[in-house]
Amino acid sequence: MLFLADFSVIRPEPGLLFWMTLIFLVFWFIMSKVAFKPIATALKKREEDIQEALDQAKKAREEMANLQSQNEALLKQAREERAKILKEATETKDSIINEAKNKAKEEATKVISSAKLEIDNQKNLAMAEVKSQAGLLAIQIAEKVLRKELSSNAEQVNYANNLVKEIKLN
Amino acid sequence: MVLRYNIFRLFLSFLLSISAITFLAAQEHGATPAPASNTEHHVVDSAGANHSTEMHADVDHNSAHAEGGHEEEPFSPGETALHHIADANSFHIFGDVYMPLPCFLYAPNFGWTIISSTSKFDAHHHGTGTKAIDGYVMEHGEVKRVNDESFPKGEVMIGEFSHVKDTTGGKEKVTSFIEYQGKTYQLDKKTTWDGGLMGGGTTSYYDFSITKNVFTLLLTFFFLIFILTKAAKAYATRPNQAPRGIQGFIEPIYIFIRDEVAKPMIGPKYEKYMPYLLSAFFFILGLNLIGQIPFFPGSANVTGNISITIVLAIITFIIVNLSGNKHYWEHTLWMPGVPSVLKILILTPVEILGIFLKPFTLLLRLFANITAGHIVIISFVSLIFIFGKAGESIGGSTVGAVISVPLTLFMLAIELLVAFLQAFIFTMLSASYIGAAIEEPHHH
Amino acid sequence: MYTAIGAGLAIIGVGIGIGQIGGKALEAIARQPEAVGDIRANMILTAALIEGAGLIAIVLSFFVK
Repeated sequence: MLFLADFSVIRPEPGLLFWMTLIFLVFWFIMSKVAFKPIATALKKREEDIQEALDQAKKAREEMANLQSQNEALLKQAREERAKILKEATETKDSIINEAKNKAKEEATKVISSAKLEIDNQKNLAMAEVKSQAGLLAIQIAEKVLRKELSSNAEQVNYANNLVKEIKLN
Repeated sequence: MVLRYNIFRLFLSFLLSISAITFLAAQEHGATPAPASNTEHHVVDSAGANHSTEMHADVDHNSAHAEGGHEEEPFSPGETALHHIADANSFHIFGDVYMPLPCFLYAPNFGWTIISSTSKFDAHHHGTGTKAIDGYVMEHGEVKRVNDESFPKGEVMIGEFSHVKDTTGGKEKVTSFIEYQGKTYQLDKKTTWDGGLMGGGTTSYYDFSITKNVFTLLLTFFFLIFILTKAAKAYATRPNQAPRGIQGFIEPIYIFIRDEVAKPMIGPKYEKYMPYLLSAFFFILGLNLIGQIPFFPGSANVTGNISITIVLAIITFIIVNLSGNKHYWEHTLWMPGVPSVLKILILTPVEILGIFLKPFTLLLRLFANITAGHIVIISFVSLIFIFGKAGESIGGSTVGAVISVPLTLFMLAIELLVAFLQAFIFTMLSASYIGAAIEEPHHH
Repeated sequence: MYTAIGAGLAIIGVGIGIGQIGGKALEAIARQPEAVGDIRANMILTAALIEGAGLIAIVLSFFVK
C-alpha cells in the first residue's frame, strides 16, 4: 500500500508557524484594543449600574420597612395611650365615685352623730327635767312629810339638834 | 404523533438524498477513465521497497506505463483521511475544482519565488500540475521542488510523476519524481522543523504560501474581527441595555470566561490576562467550528495541525513564565521544606521538565482531539466507498450510506461538543498555569 | 504495529482514569447537586491532565521505533 499522503499534520511547518504567529498576534492586539476592552468596560459599567439599582431597591425596601415599623410603633403608642387614658378615666371615675361615697358616708356619719348628740342632749335634758320634776316632787313630798312630822316643837328642836350634830361632825 | 412521523420522513428523505448524491458521485469517479494525456501520480513501485532510489523508479515507471498503468488504485480510507487533514497549497472545492491560492516560496540557494496563483501550475486532474515554475511543481495540491541545479528556471512543461517507497529505518517514506525531457528528477517536500523525527526535515526550500490552512486562518480572523467589533459597537451605541443580536452570543462567552475561567483560576489580577484568554478561546473555537463545516469555506483541519497549536502553546508558555513571581520560581527550582538531596535529584528536574511539559500537553491535546475527530468523520464517510467498492456497486454504496450517515451525524454532533470543549480546556488550562505562576504565597 | 499496540495500551490507562473521574464526579453530583459547577470544572481539569499524560505516551510511541 502506497501512502502518498502521510501524517503531515504532526510536522511543524515554518510557513504555518509564521502565519499563525502573525495572524494570532494581530488578532490579539486588535481585539484587546477594539473589542475586549470596550466590552469589559461596558459590562463592568452595566454590572455596577445593576448593582447600584439593586442596592437602591434594597435601601428603598429598608426605608419602607423602617417607615412601616415606625408606623407600627406610632400605632402601638397611640393604642397604649388610649389604653392609658381609658385606664386613667376609669381610675378617675372610680376615685370620684369613691370620694363621693366617702363624702356621703361622712356626711351621713356626721348627720347621724349630730343626731345622736341631739338625741343625747334631748335625752339629758329630758332626764334633767325628769330629775328636777322628781326632785320637786320629792321636795313636795318631803315638805308634806316634814310638815306632818315637824308639827310639834319638840320634834323641831330634836331635828334641829340632830342637824347641829351633823354639822359638828362635819 | 404527527410531528414524530414528519421528523422520521424528513430524516429518511435526507438519508436517501445523501446516498443518491454519494453514489452518483462515486459512479462518476469510478466510471470515467483518466485521460491518457494527463499526468498520473498513482504509480506503485513495488521494487523500490528496499532502499534503492537508484532510479529504479524510471524503469518501474515505464513498466507500469507499459502495463497500461492508469488503473485506479484501490480506495484507501487511511490515505483519504490523511490527505483531507493535511495542509495544501490549493483549496479543494469539489471534483477537479480547486480554489487557487498564492505561493511564497523561498529556497536558500535560489531566493524567493512568488507565484500569484496555483492555477499557474495548470492542473487538470487531482490537483497535480503539468507545469514547473522555477523548479516548483504541484502534486495533489501540494507544491514540491526539484532540487537540481540543471533543471530550467521559469515555466516549463513537465512529464509524468512517479514514486519510490523507501522503508529504511522502519518508516515508510514516499519520494516523488518527475520526468522532464527524458530525465527523472527527485522532488523535495517543503522544510518542516521536526528534526527528521516525524519523517520531515530541512530540505532545499521553505514554503510561506497562503495555504489552505492560512486561508482558513485569515477567514476566521476577519470573521471574528467582524462579529467582535460589531458586538463592541453595540455596547458603545446602546450602553446599559439588555444584550441584543450578536451581543447575545458574545456576552455569555465573555462572562463564562471571566467568571468560570479567569476569576477562579487566576484570582484578583485576572483582568490583565482576559484579552489573551478571550483571543485564544475565540480563535480556537472559530477555527474548530469552521473545520466542522464539511464543504468549501470550511473543512480545513487548522487546529488539528501541530504548527497552529505550537504557536498558541508557546504564547501561553511565554505569558506563564514572564508573569511568574518569586514564589512560583522558588517552588519550581528550590522547593522549600524538602531535603536538598531530594531537591537536586528529583524535584527540581521534574519541575523544570514540567514547565515544558505543560505547554507540550496543551498543544498535543488540541491537535490530537481535532485531528482524531476529522479522521473519524472521514473514515465513517469512507464506509460508503468501502461498501460500494469505490463506486462499482450501487447496492453496496446504499448499504454503506445507510450505515455511514447516522454514524457521521453522531460524530459531527460529538465534534461540535469537542470544538467547544477543547477551546474551553485550552483556555482553562492556560488560565490555571498563569494562576499557578502568579499565585501569592499563603501565610499560615 | 508496535506503535499501535503502545498507543492502544496508553489509551486503556487513560480510559480507565477518565472513566473513574467521570463516575466519581457523577456520584459527587448526585450527592451534592448544588456543587455541580465546581465539580464539573474540576472534573474537566483533572480529565484534561490525565489526557495529557496519555497524549505524551501516544506521541512517544510515534517517536520510538
